[in-house]
Amino acid sequence: MTEQKNNNVLRFMTCGSVDDGKSTLIGRLLFDSKMILTDTLNQIEKTSKKRGMNAIDLSLITDGLQAEREQGITIDVAYRYFTTGTRKYIIADAPGHEQYTRNMVTAASTAQLAIILVDARKGLLTQTRRHTYLSKLVGIKHILVAINKMDLIDHDESSYHQICKDYLQFANDIDLVSPGVNIEFIPMSALNGDMIVERGDSLTWFKGPTLFEFLEKLDTSEDIKESTLRFPVQFVCRPHASDNKELHDFRAFMGRIESGLLKVNDKIKVLPSGHESKVIEIRVGDQLINEAIPEQSVTVSLSNEIDISRGDMLVHQNDSINAVKDFSAMVCWLAEAPLSLSRTYLVMHTTRVSKVKITQIHHKVNIQNLEMENAETLKTNDIAQLSFKLAQPLIVDNYEDNRSTGAFIIVDESTYHTVGAGMIQSIA
Amino acid sequence: MKKLLTHLDWLESEAIHIMREVAGQCSNPVLLFSGGKDSLCLLRIAEKAFRPGRFPFPLMHIDTGHNYSEVINFRDKKVRDLNERLIVASLEDSMKKGTIVLKSNDEPRNKYQSITLLEAIEEYGFDCCIGGARRDEEKARAKERIMSFRDEFGQWDPKNQRPELWDLYNAKVHKGENIRAFPISNWTEMDVWQYIERENLELPSIYFAHKRDIVRRNESIVPITEVTPIKAGEKIENIMVRFRTVGDITCTAPVESEADDVNKIILETASTVITERGATRLDDQTSDAAMEERKKEGYF
Ligand SMILES: Nc1nc2c(ncn2[C@@H]2O[C@H](COP(=O)(O)OP(=O)(O)O)[C@@H](O)[C@H]2O)c(=O)[nH]1
Ligand SMILES: [Mg+2]
Repeated sequence: MTEQKNNNVLRFMTCGSVDDGKSTLIGRLLFDSKMILTDTLNQIEKTSKKRGMNAIDLSLITDGLQAEREQGITIDVAYRYFTTGTRKYIIADAPGHEQYTRNMVTAASTAQLAIILVDARKGLLTQTRRHTYLSKLVGIKHILVAINKMDLIDHDESSYHQICKDYLQFANDIDLVSPGVNIEFIPMSALNGDMIVERGDSLTWFKGPTLFEFLEKLDTSEDIKESTLRFPVQFVCRPHASDNKELHDFRAFMGRIESGLLKVNDKIKVLPSGHESKVIEIRVGDQLINEAIPEQSVTVSLSNEIDISRGDMLVHQNDSINAVKDFSAMVCWLAEAPLSLSRTYLVMHTTRVSKVKITQIHHKVNIQNLEMENAETLKTNDIAQLSFKLAQPLIVDNYEDNRSTGAFIIVDESTYHTVGAGMIQSIA
Repeated sequence: MKKLLTHLDWLESEAIHIMREVAGQCSNPVLLFSGGKDSLCLLRIAEKAFRPGRFPFPLMHIDTGHNYSEVINFRDKKVRDLNERLIVASLEDSMKKGTIVLKSNDEPRNKYQSITLLEAIEEYGFDCCIGGARRDEEKARAKERIMSFRDEFGQWDPKNQRPELWDLYNAKVHKGENIRAFPISNWTEMDVWQYIERENLELPSIYFAHKRDIVRRNESIVPITEVTPIKAGEKIENIMVRFRTVGDITCTAPVESEADDVNKIILETASTVITERGATRLDDQTSDAAMEERKKEGYF
C-alpha cells in the first residue's frame, strides 16, 4: 500500500492549568510534524493579526468554538487527529478551567495516555495534583509530565529535576506509583518548539526522547487475559428471510469484545440467565475469523437455540462472575442539578439499562487537598463514593480490573441528561 | 498475549459499535445518504454491522435539486444493489410548501437543507439520524459528540452538550427531540480514502480526475453548469479536475488533479496542502464561525 502504514491507534489527552501551554503544545506538534494544512494556517494568521499579535498563535488551532475565540479560553473537549508512519493519534484537548472538571473526566475516559503540563516557573500547582488524581481515578496507565516554558527559567536543569522530584513524591502519596503505571518527564518549550518534534539547542543536557519520539515508541498494548471474556450483546440478528432457506432460522449475536478472547468452539454461558452454549462461528462482515480480540466488533453464532437479547453478556463457562444488584462506585457528578437521594435514576452499563437508587454518599473528595469529606448531596464536578441499589442485575467488574465493565453513566429519568459518570469499586 | 487492531480495523470496529448502539437504543433511526464518499463508508459499515439481516433503518437523501447526474444515478444503483429502502426528501417540495423561500434561484442551497431535513424528521418521526460527518472537517465539528443531541428545533447547543464518556452512548430523547449519530467522527479524510481502497468501494465518477469546463473565480475553481453559468469577463478552461466532496453544485468546487484512481488520490491526499472544506466548499469560507452558526440551526 501507500506511504501511510499505520499500526494502531493511540488516544491521549492534554491537561494542565489555564495558560500552561496545552493548546500551544498541540499546535506545535501538528505544525512541526506537518499536519496543519495551509488554509487552516491562513485563517489562524488572520485571527492572530486581528487580535493584535505578531507571530502566529498556534493555540488557535485547537480552540474551536466561537465563545472560546471571544474569551480566549478552552471550554470543552476538542478532538484532533494526526498520523505518522507508525500510528494514528487521537488527541483530546481538555480544558484547564476549574468549573470544567467534568470535561477532563470525559476526555480521560477514552485516553490511554495523559500529558500533564506544568509551567516550569510555577512547579506543581493544585491543578496539577487534581489532574493527576483524576487521571489515576479514570485509570490512565501512562502519564507524561511535560515541564513547559523552560525558556522562561533559562532552561535550568536543577529546577527541572526539582519539579520531577516533587511530582514523584506526590504520585507516591496518592498511590499512583505502581508497576502497572508508567510516569515519564520531558522538559520543553512549546512556544519555541524545543523537545516537541525537534530537540532544539537549548536543552542539550536532557538526554531523553522528544515528545514526538516518546509518542511514537509508547507501547500501550496490554496482556490479553483469555479467561476474562466479556461480550455484551448489542443487537440480535434475525433476518426472518422466509424466502431464503439458509437464513430462515438464522440467528446471530452482535457486539464488541470488551476484554479477553472469544474463539470458535469456546464454551460460553449467557448472563444473567446462565444458559450454556458453544461458539460455532465468528464473523466480521462476511469474513469468518477464528478468534476475536478486545475492541473488535463481531457477529457470533452459537450451537443451540437459547434466549438471548440486547443487554445480556457472554462469558466463558468456567468464569465465576455473577450478576449483581448492589455495588459501590466513585462517581463524578456532571450535571448542574444536584444529586437527589430521593429520586431514581437510570444507569447505562455496557448495553444494559437499569433503574437505580443511590442509597448512600460515603464521602466526597475535596479536590483541593484530596481529603475525604462528608456530604449530603453532590453538585457539578464533585467526586464521591456512592452506594447503588439496582432494579435489574448488571454484570460488572471492578473498574480497576476492567475499564469497560467497570464503568457506567447515570442518566436523569426525566430530562435524559447524562448526569454522572461512575467507576465501580466494590461489588456487594 | 498482546494484540492490537490496526488503525483501520479499529476505526471500523468503533463505527460498527456506534451503529449497533443506534439500532439497539433508538426506535426509529434513519441513515443520511448523499452518494458521497463518507456516506458510502457508512453503508459498508452498516453491511458489516447488520448483514445477513436487513439494515434496521431506511436511507434518506436530502436532495437540493442541484446535483451532478452521475451522483444521483450512482445513488439509485447503490440502493438497488443493497436492496434497502431510500427516502428522498427534496428541497423543491419544501419550496412548493413555502417553507423554503429562496432569495434567487441560483443561490447555494446547502444552508436550506436543514429545513427539509427537519420536515422529514417530523413527517417520519425519526428519533435519530446517522450521518457521515467527521471531526477533522472543521473546527466546530472537532467538539461535537458522537451522539449529538438536538432539541425540537433541530438546534445544536455547543455549550450544553451531553457529556460523552467511555463508549457509553446516551441516545435517549423525548418525542420531537433528536440524536445525530456520527459513526466516523474519528476518521480523517485519509482514513476514508484508505478504507475505500481496502474495501474496494465503488464511488461516483466525479471523485476521479476528469476533464471539465471551469472558470477561476476568487481563487476557487467553479465548474460551469446550468445553475453555475459563466459571468461576464470570465474565460472557460477545460482542465483535469476531481471533486473531494459531492453536494449542491453551486457550492461544491473541484480541485485540479490528475488522480484517476483511489491509490493516486491517497498519494495526493498525503501530500495535500489544503483542508477538504477549505478547498471545496464555497460556502464555508465566509467566516471562521460559519459552520458553527449553521450547526446551531440544525445543519448536520
Ligand atoms: N515563553 C513561553 N510561552 C509559552 C510556552 N508555551 C505556551 N506559551 C504561551 O502561554 C500562553 C498560553 O498558552 P496556551 O497554549 O493558550 O495555554 P492553554 O491555556 O494551556 O491552552 C500563550 O500566550 C502561549 O504563547 C512556552 O514554552 N514558553
Ligand atoms: Mg487552550
